[in-house]
Amino acid sequence: MNNSPYFLKPASVQSVMLRVLVALLPGIAAYVWFFGAAILVQIVLASVTALAAEAVMLRLRDKPVMLFLSDGSALVTAWLIALTFPSIAPWWLTVLGTLLAIVVAKHLYGGLGQNPFNPAMVAFALMIVAYPLLMSQWPKVDATDFAGQWEAIFGSRQILDAMTMATPLDALRTVLRDPEQRAMIGGILGSKATFGNVGGRGWEWIATGYFLGGLYLLQQRIITWHMPTAFLATLFVVSGAFALYEPDRFAGPGFQLFTGGAMLAAFFIVTDPVSGATTPRGKLIFAAGVALLTWIIRTFGAYPDGIAFAVLLMNIATPLIDMYTQPPVFGHKDKRGDSP
Amino acid sequence: MSALQRLFKFHGGVKPAYNKEASTGLPIAVAPTPTLLVIPLHQSIGGMPRPLVKAGERVLKGQRIGGADGNASSAVHASTSGAVVAVEMRLMPHTSGLSALCVVIEPDGRDEWIARQPFDFRKASPTQTRDYLRDAGVVGLGGAVFPTHLKLNPGKHGKLDTLVLNGAECEPFITCDDVLMRERAETILKGAIIMREMLSARQVLIGIEDNKPEAIAAMEIAAQAANQAAGDLAMQVVSVPTRYPAGGAKQLIRVLTGIEVPHGKRSTDYGVQCFNVGTAYAVYEAIALGQPLISRIVTVAGNVGQARNYEALFGTPMRDLVALCDPLPDSDRVIMGGPMMGLLMPGDEVPVVKATNCVLVGSRKLFPPPPPEMPCIRCGECAKACPADLQPFEMYWFSRAKIFGKAQEYKLFDCIECGCCAYVCPSHIPLVDYYRFAKSEIWAREVDKEAADIARERYEFRLLREEREKQEKAAKLAAKTAAGREKAAAAIAEAAKPAATPEDDTKKALIAAALERAKAQKEQVHPGNVSNLTPEQEAEVTAIEARRAEIREMAKPHLRQDD
Repeated sequence: MNNSPYFLKPASVQSVMLRVLVALLPGIAAYVWFFGAAILVQIVLASVTALAAEAVMLRLRDKPVMLFLSDGSALVTAWLIALTFPSIAPWWLTVLGTLLAIVVAKHLYGGLGQNPFNPAMVAFALMIVAYPLLMSQWPKVDATDFAGQWEAIFGSRQILDAMTMATPLDALRTVLRDPEQRAMIGGILGSKATFGNVGGRGWEWIATGYFLGGLYLLQQRIITWHMPTAFLATLFVVSGAFALYEPDRFAGPGFQLFTGGAMLAAFFIVTDPVSGATTPRGKLIFAAGVALLTWIIRTFGAYPDGIAFAVLLMNIATPLIDMYTQPPVFGHKDKRGDSP
Repeated sequence: MSALQRLFKFHGGVKPAYNKEASTGLPIAVAPTPTLLVIPLHQSIGGMPRPLVKAGERVLKGQRIGGADGNASSAVHASTSGAVVAVEMRLMPHTSGLSALCVVIEPDGRDEWIARQPFDFRKASPTQTRDYLRDAGVVGLGGAVFPTHLKLNPGKHGKLDTLVLNGAECEPFITCDDVLMRERAETILKGAIIMREMLSARQVLIGIEDNKPEAIAAMEIAAQAANQAAGDLAMQVVSVPTRYPAGGAKQLIRVLTGIEVPHGKRSTDYGVQCFNVGTAYAVYEAIALGQPLISRIVTVAGNVGQARNYEALFGTPMRDLVALCDPLPDSDRVIMGGPMMGLLMPGDEVPVVKATNCVLVGSRKLFPPPPPEMPCIRCGECAKACPADLQPFEMYWFSRAKIFGKAQEYKLFDCIECGCCAYVCPSHIPLVDYYRFAKSEIWAREVDKEAADIARERYEFRLLREEREKQEKAAKLAAKTAAGREKAAAAIAEAAKPAATPEDDTKKALIAAALERAKAQKEQVHPGNVSNLTPEQEAEVTAIEARRAEIREMAKPHLRQDD
């Protein structure tokens, strides 16, 4: 018989993970609306792969398979991989990425709760380094022909050119790197076909979906305000300052916040508790660091989006951040620090 | 007046289901005297009281049966009159299942008191009053049973700002303070007046969680009357937000005054002292009525048909109280205290003691076994819930890995073991168990280290002593030799007067003396057990040597392997 406390709050890892999945639904709905059902295929692919890999690894590690399989953590990783990979990527790319995330980034480091790096971001970073072209073929907005997408995922990729287009981030980078076009940046960003109202046609609505899901997570107290606020505020301030300083070289904060994976990162990726900082101040520093690195990589780097690398770099700094931001304990809260 | 009081918040805390209504429906009842009282001598923090009675003696109600062992201890009394049947080891109301010395009394049914004399504390010195309370066995009745007389000391400034009366009672199921405040508010405040005088406190703040409106109302009426009588506004009842563990002394002090008393510091250094309302009641009974502490209010609740509060004599078996409350058939355990911090009892025959605020009957249905433990996902729920502002998941990590130094760096010993972290953990990790384990390991190591230190000191002292003895011996020897030389020189001088050169003789004599000494030394060094042997013995020695040589040969390959 156990010791005190004798009753527990009805909470579980499973319920936390399931609510995270629920919070992803609005963003997924917008994804399907603007880019077709291919994303659902990728989610299923990633989920099945993740669960199978998790089961095998649990078996090999002599852990209770059903208990851990039902905790939902593998599904969260799988969904994040599917949502960060191009939805018309070939099936094996998603499967390979998911296997790397679950087998290497998660279980080889000790499984649930032990991974120093965000598994989904490990998958993204490895795949974009290994297959830069495949990881850059994003679906065209409003091209929702499912048969074609299915063909692209499972069959020949010859018809691909007709289906893909550069993401707004990529498009903007191309423009900004060309001194002749740069002068017309205002007009280009105004072309709603690509750039929509703020963050790119279609993409801005997916971002809004993630934002709504994020508010749900806040309301459910699964995440705290620290990480999303610090991430979005930092991205806003840095991109805003540079856009003010030289508007024809730097995209403004509205675009930065609503394009690419910024909203997904703010509420679902930097908030991963296992690999991120845990103290209140540490969370602020961690998320601000990710935002700053993201902006730097987006602006000066060669990759379409910088979130994965930014997150992994800040994961390395997590223990240090936590160590230096320990909050004072009860009775030790004076300004001098440790002893009153 | 409570509206004027500014309140502070403490970090964290949880809101479990309170389950208090079940035991507040009926007034306090007096539990019947059992057929046998088993009164443990050690019922408080501090030294174990010495038994003052022997088997066969008759004792009166309120008679001291255990004398305080020094000042940091508290006396124990017979709960009723009767015969001492035994003074022996009995099972204690503690999870460990250990036994300790108890006085077993067979009540005679007459309930005959000792001569009760009120104690005029205004005429006595503070030390006398404190000694009186120590011998009256008054200890903190909130559950920690710290001797009250030790806390009734205003400290270095000679006066305090605030006396806090703790009526928060935040643990689920427990209502003993609630009903005491409802029914005996006036007596509690009379005790508080005595305490306030002893502490020279400016004000008395009575903190009660806002889920006890009846107790608040009763205490407010009593406080108004007390203030009117005193002509001041010193007594204030303060309704505090209901949130476990608002009744922790440090948390309540924080809520009422904004002061945080750090771990290991005295609250009087910050101008505050905190007592449970039941303790104030006991102080009044001891001082104004001359009655030592022999009973308390105990909530019997949980898996019972009719939960209720009983005034129970110390020594009453818990099962007698449970039986009064119609326990349900699936009951499988008895817990002393509440569900958050209570102790699992090794059996239901253990006695009610001063720390017994609640006898909680449990069942698998009421307190189901926790779901399987999952790994920590560092979600930080525990840190959000911790009222001591700790990072429980870090302490867990280091306690589990037995890196106790690190666990202490994360302020393991500031943990009050309230259970909030384990209560909220989505991975169902029994966090508090890990802290208890780490703390006990650290204590054990400290004890070991102390023992090792003592041993080392002893060893070093021995070395010192041996060195000193050696030096003394050497000095003595040197003195002796010098004396010998002088003597020899004198003898030679005598002999050499007529004949040969004195130098040669001196040399000769010195050499002879040296040879003599060497011979004597050689004899001493020579082991005596192999000289002067009989032929049989010599043969035996040779045989033994041969066997040893054989064994050495056999052992050689193994030795080489080891090399």
